Amino acid sequence: MRIADKFAELKEKNEKALIAYVCAGDPSAEATKEIVHALVKGGADIVELGLPFSDPVADGPTIQAASTRALEAGMNPDIYFEMAASIKENVPLVCMTYYNLIYKRGNEKFAKDCAEAGITGIIVPDLPAEEADELHVACKNNGVDLIFLITPVTTGKRMEKNLEKTSGFVYIVSRLGVTGERVDVAESTKNILARIDTEVPKAVGFGISNGQQAAEVIKAGADAVIVGSAFVSIIASGENVNERVEKLASELKISCR
Amino acid sequence: MKKSMYGKFGGQFVPEVLMPALTELEEAYERYKDDPEFLKELDFYMKEFAGRETPLYFAKNLSKKYGIKIYLKREDLVHGGAHKLNNTLGQALLAKYMGKKRLIAETGAGQHGTATAMAAANMGFESEVYMGAKDVIRQHMNVYRMELMGSKVNAVESGSKTLKDAINEALRDWVTNVENTHYLIGSVVGPHPYPMIVRDFQSVIGKEVKEQIMEKEGRYPDSIVACAGGGSNAMGIFYPFIEDKEVKLFPVEAGGKELKTTEKEALHSASLCVGEEGILQGAHTLILQDKYGQILESSSISAGLDYSGVGPELAYLADIGRINPCTVSDDEALEAFYELSRLEGIIPALESSHAVAYVMKMAKNGELEKLGDLVVINLSGRGDKDLETVFKLKEEKAKEACQ
Repeated sequence: MRIADKFAELKEKNEKALIAYVCAGDPSAEATKEIVHALVKGGADIVELGLPFSDPVADGPTIQAASTRALEAGMNPDIYFEMAASIKENVPLVCMTYYNLIYKRGNEKFAKDCAEAGITGIIVPDLPAEEADELHVACKNNGVDLIFLITPVTTGKRMEKNLEKTSGFVYIVSRLGVTGERVDVAESTKNILARIDTEVPKAVGFGISNGQQAAEVIKAGADAVIVGSAFVSIIASGENVNERVEKLASELKISCR
Repeated sequence: MKKSMYGKFGGQFVPEVLMPALTELEEAYERYKDDPEFLKELDFYMKEFAGRETPLYFAKNLSKKYGIKIYLKREDLVHGGAHKLNNTLGQALLAKYMGKKRLIAETGAGQHGTATAMAAANMGFESEVYMGAKDVIRQHMNVYRMELMGSKVNAVESGSKTLKDAINEALRDWVTNVENTHYLIGSVVGPHPYPMIVRDFQSVIGKEVKEQIMEKEGRYPDSIVACAGGGSNAMGIFYPFIEDKEVKLFPVEAGGKELKTTEKEALHSASLCVGEEGILQGAHTLILQDKYGQILESSSISAGLDYSGVGPELAYLADIGRINPCTVSDDEALEAFYELSRLEGIIPALESSHAVAYVMKMAKNGELEKLGDLVVINLSGRGDKDLETVFKLKEEKAKEACQ
């Protein structure tokens, strides 16, 4: 499913989107499929499937640890695409990974593999727009959205360029730092949303872990909230994972309605 | 070609949040690099604090043994015991001009961390150093040195617990504190403009060699040999000679145990010799990686060379054939460590031992003529920090011999 179609569908229902991140292969490829099912059942509208990299510089300790576990359990891009293709949930899947894995596979092949596996968007946290020409073309050729990030320090020409290049949605990092759960997200989110002028849906991520924070972000004008570390923490605990993931997703989704 | 590139290598592959910081750094560097006041102040620090210039020492006993003229560029005599201070003084001064209050750095052997701590203490910065937990153990005296000078040392427990992981942690810190913090990268690696800035500050080594060798020999050397992990001492001594095509340039990488790779790790750190193109920590360069692009852990007897990548400009110079990358093994480096200590009364860092070992290796293979008659070895650091490592190895070997 295309990301744009999902946002159109939500618009008709007058809802905002819940985007959930999980690290593929943590603790196993099989488990990830079940977790994705639980997320969607709980209300996730878009699922980001992290493809783990050995050196994830933009991620905090929670997601880095998940990446390490997934790699140790044998996750690799071949298994990843196979697994993604077997997910039959009615939501867009987005691949989040680091650029070396894409470069190594080849930009064109990576985008094609995504399209064939039903992944309709790619987020690459270490690939700024300046370096993304080849992947951008490859994504266009294969009908895959390439999603860029905006941060509190992105200004002026770079802001325009990033907004112009991004499709699907724009990933707004609400505050400086790496991924991870935080206490306060409202103020910085308001500030950055006020500066952004785009038709593309605005998704806010980094630091959101509960329904109250999600509600604040939505109130500040976001079209979607992105939640990662909070789900990954539940998965890491290994206790009643599917049940608790579903419950958190539904709690978060209430704030998006 | 984009100005951030060296041929196809280089670039700026970093999280979006760092892009403005890289632009700010590049603009500041362009503004100050030829500014007379900045240069005057830098010159003061280099002379009065770091102790430049360093001698170009004619190694008479080594020369006699091998039958060629061998000079050692004595970067081991820089304050702190390694070339690293050239760059940290330059960048710390730049950070001061930029109005930053805090310096962070990563370190492998601890030399760059120590040099950062020195510059920070002297210029009044708050500083924090990230170091792989494995390196914290094998270089604990350097950890103590950094702490003495007021730096906070963070042991990094993730990944292979070495330099690569320390860089990741430093990047994370920078992402979080980018507004008041300068990330003082210690080698010619990372995103543009770092490889250029570090090269420029280190090229004082090569500039001095040019003048010194002309004075002593009336000509340029036939070869320059320098060890290369990230490659800052190598770029520092090579760079002023790049246009002088008759001077052969040999970056010596850590061949480790052997030039082989298992599924999870490389038994060496020879990314320039056997690495593949990829993107690591901000730059498109040559790296050690598996078939999917996961970064392989590297291995070397010397913590300072134990890194899975190499500076993009070195990758470029290798690509166009201007430099001749080569390797020596852990054992060969260790042999050179002993040889230089005994023959010249100079205990070299294990990093620098690799450069010395290459000349010995060529002699052993009967290929000294490839180096020519006049050779300069960059002695990038002194070996005090490595005494414990070498001592332990000696004890282990003695134990094995008894069994």
